Amino acid sequence: MTTHGSHPAGSEGDEHDGRDSTANVPAKPRHTGERVVLRTGGDPVADPGLGEHEPRPTDVDPAAEKRAERQISLLFATSALLTLAFCVAYFAIPRDAVLFGTSALNLALGVSLGLALLLIGIGAIQWAKTLMDDHEMVEMRHGSASSEEDKAEALAAFEQGAEESGFGRRSMLRGTLLTSLGVLGLPAVVLMADLGPLPGNAPRTTVWAKGVRVVNDITGEPLRPDAIQLGQLVNGQPGVFYEIAEGEEHPEYEGTELLNAKAKASVVVVRMLPDEITNAGSAAKGVDGILCFSKICPHLGCPISLWEQQTKNLICPCHQSTFDLADGGRVVFGPAKRAVPQLELGLDDGGYLIAMSDFTEPVGPSFPEMYQD
Amino acid sequence: MSTRIETDGSSPTPSKKSYGPAAGPTKWIDDRIGLAGLAKKQMRKVFPEHWSFMLGEIALYSFVILLLSGVFLSFWYDPSMTELEYEGSYAMWRGVEMSTAYASTLDLSFEVRGGLLMRQIHHWAATLFLAAMLVHMLRVFFTGAYRKPRETNWLIGLALLQLGIVEGFAGYSLPDDLLSGTGLRIAEGLMRSIPVVGTYISFFVFGGEFPGNDFIPRIYIAHVLLIPGILLALITFHMLLLVYNKHTQWPGPGRTNNNVVGYPLMPVYMAKAGGFFFVVFGVTVLMGALFQINPVWVFGPYDPSKVTAGSQPDWYMGWLDGALRIMPAWEFTVLGQTLSMNVFLPGVALMGLLFGVLGAYPFVEQWVTGDKRAHHLLQRPRNAPTRTAFGAAGITAYGLLWISGGNDIIATHLNVDFYTITRSLRILIFVAPVVAFIVTKRICIGLQRQSSETVLHGHESGIIMRSADGAYSERHVPVSAEEAYTLTAHERPDVAALPAERDENGVAAPHSGVQRVRARLSRFWYADDRQKPTVAELEEANSHGHDDSATELEAADDEFQGVNELGLPRRH
Repeated sequence: MTTHGSHPAGSEGDEHDGRDSTANVPAKPRHTGERVVLRTGGDPVADPGLGEHEPRPTDVDPAAEKRAERQISLLFATSALLTLAFCVAYFAIPRDAVLFGTSALNLALGVSLGLALLLIGIGAIQWAKTLMDDHEMVEMRHGSASSEEDKAEALAAFEQGAEESGFGRRSMLRGTLLTSLGVLGLPAVVLMADLGPLPGNAPRTTVWAKGVRVVNDITGEPLRPDAIQLGQLVNGQPGVFYEIAEGEEHPEYEGTELLNAKAKASVVVVRMLPDEITNAGSAAKGVDGILCFSKICPHLGCPISLWEQQTKNLICPCHQSTFDLADGGRVVFGPAKRAVPQLELGLDDGGYLIAMSDFTEPVGPSFPEMYQD
Repeated sequence: MSTRIETDGSSPTPSKKSYGPAAGPTKWIDDRIGLAGLAKKQMRKVFPEHWSFMLGEIALYSFVILLLSGVFLSFWYDPSMTELEYEGSYAMWRGVEMSTAYASTLDLSFEVRGGLLMRQIHHWAATLFLAAMLVHMLRVFFTGAYRKPRETNWLIGLALLQLGIVEGFAGYSLPDDLLSGTGLRIAEGLMRSIPVVGTYISFFVFGGEFPGNDFIPRIYIAHVLLIPGILLALITFHMLLLVYNKHTQWPGPGRTNNNVVGYPLMPVYMAKAGGFFFVVFGVTVLMGALFQINPVWVFGPYDPSKVTAGSQPDWYMGWLDGALRIMPAWEFTVLGQTLSMNVFLPGVALMGLLFGVLGAYPFVEQWVTGDKRAHHLLQRPRNAPTRTAFGAAGITAYGLLWISGGNDIIATHLNVDFYTITRSLRILIFVAPVVAFIVTKRICIGLQRQSSETVLHGHESGIIMRSADGAYSERHVPVSAEEAYTLTAHERPDVAALPAERDENGVAAPHSGVQRVRARLSRFWYADDRQKPTVAELEEANSHGHDDSATELEAADDEFQGVNELGLPRRH
């Protein structure tokens, strides 16, 4: 009877909780003090030893052997031709030639070289599999540890060396040497101090100040309230990035300085119906329902650029922190903790939007000293 | 028996035969650096064969490809933040101010012949390098290949994986395009979240405020010299230990804990492994030719006020980005110190946690099981159900974090709002690994029982026989001796028990808390396993098999291939 469930021994026992699984082992488990040895059932099947070697067609049939040799040689020869084709393509194909909507040169170089390499690989593996001796070999392992004599000799040598040095005995020498080596770690740290300036107040300040115009970040044109439509979002920058002072050829901020300043000063300007703004304090910082918020996410600094006109939500594309601009930039979802900082707006004599001060909250990712004075 | 047995170091005695053309140069070299002693041992070193042993090879070869293609790129790439007006052949950015680093990357893509190919090979090889290392690590984990004496190599491997992640991130930051700048912006935020010293670390690393002038040149030297140097040294050590401890092998007929069965390094593995290098190289080059990766010219130069929607990091950073996305907004200010746990825990501590757990695992397992012996035979995942279940739980958590990293993509493609996705993931990240653990453990035990069944009663044939007296039974096909041995070649585990509370002299020896914890853990580890059949069980199964031996099918000569429509074992 060999059907399932019909044999009396064996499978019943292991339906139970694991602690009873020793019940499957007929021999009594041995307690060796610390362990229960389950290794008492013996190995049910003896090692039958390595099987016989089975010859391959190429081992017994000279014709098959010749054929394999020819096939592999063909792979290698084709590879050499493809490599030559690569060199020809390098000089023959112009840089701007297009094939299948992509660079013809890239395609030709890559396909010829790739196939040339691939054929060498396939050929070598095929050679090993079909023509090289395929008798399995047995090599005995040795323990990873050294022999006891070697260990004893090494330890003895170490102890003799240590003894002769007097390192253990001469505590003053030892102490001063270890101290002198230890303090050598200091220059390694001290030398790093010029890697950068100390943060100081830099992470808390931006180029915004009272009177700085809010300008469109593409045109650099200053913004008038009537140019912003209801529900619209305009990406803004401080006007100082674009204004060229008298007698100068370039704006004050350029290159890396400009990027550094932009990384903190970028803003978004949105217009809502004054009734839609639920946060009175926030509304008071705007002009006719036009509010200005930092574009830099207070989570990890990505530019927050996805504007949901209906919900007045601004969503960060990096980690999906969602801010309610109708409620002072409050976080409604996502990993950001702080509201997106708001910039107080006013109008200058020309009727253009200006900042009334710098941000009053730190812009960008949080940092440990954020709320210290 | 036609198999040749060669034991370590016992090469055939030299005869007076002449050694062919190699003798001259060999003598010249040996007279100077005396390598024959080493060469005679290693030249014919035996390596076992299995497809899963090639995963580490892929990682090694991708690293070589990275070195080769990286040297080419370094001839043209210029890690400078100096602004210039682009005047190259890509029309979209002509006249635009950009960093020299970005402009030189555009030149590599459009001006230098083969430059685009090399850039794409380099990026694909990096992707493959990380993937191969990860899968290789999983193979080592699930087969128990990290056990003594290979714990050191496990730790070196983990260091390689971590350095590889950093190296990859540094590499795709170099072009200074919009996408890489966004990645750096996030990295800067992570640095700031480190309690107490975060701001200082960020200012020191970036040479002041983000993005600054200094970061690209600094990370360049780390990317091309510092990290590859360490990687190269660690890889060398990884390989030397592999040679010294010899490769693990699967148990099977003639394959024991004391030997290695396989093919010699020269010529078989030189041809196979060397050939495989060319295969990996060839495939990587073909990918560089046919599949676009990181088209930096599309993104444009970095601008901190711009971002591309759906920004995704390279795949190996995805899980970290995912953790950042699903983390709730925990930020506290204690004694004037702001602790951004919403950033620090997923962005910094999680990586430490993952590698801490992986690094500790071999030692925890060793302590729980009390097994201090050397193991050279691999375990089938089913025969270590608890380990396999831990691995499955880990993969589940990693996979969920990875999915979290694409929550916006999932939201747009599957038309689900990402609030729901993110909230579900916040729960799943805790629940799913536990479920995966339990399910995997039960599956493993089920498979162990199936293996035992196979050994005891043979393969199921699916054929129901009715005997003369009307009883129904299924015909079974006995397994071959080789298969039965392979299925039972693993060890029975020990379960740590508490020692007696009184020693032989009746003196009280109360259990320490540690002993109790260990005993409980050991039971948790092993007690549910289905042990392989005992000698007695096998004898009993054989004896009652004889009652109806007429229904037993002839033992198949070769591996069981299923049965044909007549119920007879299928042959080639």
